[in-house]
Amino acid sequence: MQTTSKKGNAFTNNPIVRAIGLQRIVVVLAVILEAVLFSILSPAFRQYATVVSILDYSYYISFMAIGVTFCLISGGNDLSVGTGMICYALAGGYLVQQCGWPVWAGMLVTIAIGLCFGVLNGAMVAIMNLPPFIATLCTMLITRGLGSIITGGMAVSWPSRKGVGGWFRSLFKIIGTGNGLPKGTIIPVGFAIVLLSIVIMSVVLNKSKVGRYIIAIGSNKEAARLSGVNVVKYQMMAYIISGFFAGLAGIAYAATFSSSVAPGTGAGLELDAIGGAIIGGTSMTGGSGSIIGTLLGVFVMSLLKTGLPYVGLQANWQQIITGIVLIVAIYIDVLKNKRTA
Amino acid sequence: MGEVILTMKGIDKSFPGVHALDHVDLEVRKGEVHALMGENGAGKSTLMKVLTGIYTKDSGTITYEGREVEFHNPREAQEAGIVIVHQELNMMNHLTVAQNIFIGREFMKGKLIDDARMNEEARKLFDQLGIDINPAEKMGNLTVGKQQMCEIAKAISHEAKVIIFDEPSAALTEAEIEELFKIIRDLRAKQLGIVYISHRMDEIKVITDRVTVMRDGGYVGTLITEQCTKDDIINMMVGRVIYEDPKTHSMVAPDAPVVLKVEHLNAGKMVRDVSFELRKGEILGFSGLMGAGRTETARALFGADPKESGDIYINGTRVDIRSPEDAVRNGIGYLSEDRKRYGIVVGKTVAENSTMASLKDFLSGLFINKKKENEVTQKYVDRLQTKTPGIDQLVVNLSGGNQQKVVIAKWLVKNCDILIFDEPTRGIDVGAKSEIYHLMNELAAEGKSIIMISSEMTEILRMSDRIVVMCEGRKTAEIDIAEATQENIMHAATLR
Repeated sequence: MQTTSKKGNAFTNNPIVRAIGLQRIVVVLAVILEAVLFSILSPAFRQYATVVSILDYSYYISFMAIGVTFCLISGGNDLSVGTGMICYALAGGYLVQQCGWPVWAGMLVTIAIGLCFGVLNGAMVAIMNLPPFIATLCTMLITRGLGSIITGGMAVSWPSRKGVGGWFRSLFKIIGTGNGLPKGTIIPVGFAIVLLSIVIMSVVLNKSKVGRYIIAIGSNKEAARLSGVNVVKYQMMAYIISGFFAGLAGIAYAATFSSSVAPGTGAGLELDAIGGAIIGGTSMTGGSGSIIGTLLGVFVMSLLKTGLPYVGLQANWQQIITGIVLIVAIYIDVLKNKRTA
Repeated sequence: MGEVILTMKGIDKSFPGVHALDHVDLEVRKGEVHALMGENGAGKSTLMKVLTGIYTKDSGTITYEGREVEFHNPREAQEAGIVIVHQELNMMNHLTVAQNIFIGREFMKGKLIDDARMNEEARKLFDQLGIDINPAEKMGNLTVGKQQMCEIAKAISHEAKVIIFDEPSAALTEAEIEELFKIIRDLRAKQLGIVYISHRMDEIKVITDRVTVMRDGGYVGTLITEQCTKDDIINMMVGRVIYEDPKTHSMVAPDAPVVLKVEHLNAGKMVRDVSFELRKGEILGFSGLMGAGRTETARALFGADPKESGDIYINGTRVDIRSPEDAVRNGIGYLSEDRKRYGIVVGKTVAENSTMASLKDFLSGLFINKKKENEVTQKYVDRLQTKTPGIDQLVVNLSGGNQQKVVIAKWLVKNCDILIFDEPTRGIDVGAKSEIYHLMNELAAEGKSIIMISSEMTEILRMSDRIVVMCEGRKTAEIDIAEATQENIMHAATLR
């Protein structure tokens, strides 16, 4: 006998709907609705360039969000990904620009520093038992300050597309130069990297011990511990994954989003990532979430960021709307938890 | 019953200030269901925690399968084959049934988890137990009963030889209990040793082979269930000598009016159709075992938790109490069992705490009339003989008994006529206890009406004019003090 206590109507009980998940259907609809709305309101929005721009936004948010999803599922959070991402990109870029390191080395350093901060966050949460919110809020401050100190307060420019080492920009976006590809043609290949990450991390979450134990810890830490799960190790893993992806996000940010990386920025970007994850159905209270959902949620956020200026709502309005969207998403999560409780 | 599999002998355990286990013995044989019984705080759970390595014993021996053992954590005990099925389930609701059962020892296919194989193995376990649960279902979607079956399946998969059930039936429906018993009988037939902790006397008679009774941390005795009656067990559970004089007759005047009448109160699972009356100047004791629903009844009455239905009459008038504010307005004061959390503000002074519930009466314009506050506080400090260096003393610096007096003062200042004392002497030393008792008697003599919830049998018998006994959310008896005995109270408290 199947004891499903949840009530629902014909639509929510439909096997197809249940398989895909109601939340995911709603999020896809939200993405479509946003796109349609912006297209109607602004003719300028209906261009291929806009799609590219949406994708450019989506890369770095996606990477941050993939990492944060693991932290959220473990029952924690990582507020340091936004300023962290900038800090790591500053450090890596500084070595390339000022010290003449090759770009690949700069990229490795960017990811390595991200990993280090992931270990730090994980240690604070899992070993020192600091509340994740506070611990990562502190690393948010630390990475923001550290980024400025490394570069002496100067902005850092990663190599331009035509400069030495500019090839790394083509990892995310190929722009035709006339030979082979028509001049000006843009191919957003970064989306392939994002998709690949999504697939790999979905498998990690659902099919590996790391993912299984992170879910277990987020669901009931004490039960996981009593079942012999090394909770310290796997709780740390969530933050290390987050640090790694914050490093990747830093590279994506430098490669596609901005020609130079400025110290002191990045605060608030973590909310785009956390928001994306929550909109995608990851619970604030831990235990459940999906990587594909997170990607969908990220598109809700990145569409907002790209689309709002087209309809005349600039930065300040964007923040207000982002805030409102987050409140709604978290409230839905609260309601969901109430129902299952 | 087969040979002995587990023997605990002379187990002794002390915590600071408490002798929790005093040379307790327990013997479990293969193929028996062994009941472990006792009142609240008798030491059943402590004994099981010592067995599974959550606590370390001070002295005594544990012999398991012929060897002396000492486990340092539940995992070691589990690996040796001793598993507890907890009342509060240790499940991960977001994982599937099979994922829960095999957590920490997943079947792998290379680097990836083999969920298909885990579902298959879980299915085999369920078949073996004769239960029908889909291994791929999310644990959180199952009823508590089914979750418990999963925990049993998990125990079996660990090749458990001794399974301890800690009040397994408390959250189950009748049908689920039947299914549970069927499984337990199966396990017994497979020669497992089973320890069954429960308050439900009827179940003990149905499912167990032997009964070990504990009282106040000590071992009372072991009986063969078939050869004893329910009364034998109850006598062993309560057979202590009562030193304090119990009340012999009600102090309430025969014509005292009913000040509070509660009719058919329902609030969640713990308060089912509770009705009672409280008369002027009466101390009404609420007795029952842990989880009987006494505090829940008080909280529902006080408006602290929502109620589903039921009527409350005060002095004959029906009142609508939806929040503590409503209750206080109707003259009901509640002294919580958890004083520090709900009763007082420890970082504030005696005066501030005393006037907290009735601050409106102490305002002169926008400001608090300090003089009036001090006068009134002093009056109650004198009257209740609260031992405090001054009314400006922070409450945190007072002893438990005197803190309790400050809470009483708070409700007296508010002019409450109905006082609910929830475990009034918990955490209070013996001297202060009798002072609180004296005070309650005085208040009752003055015409205040008191509901006293207590888990201490001696306190119930010493203070109450009448006793309401509850069991699992229902009122199971109402006994006048003249007829009350430990035995008939315990009988009603274990009526299910």
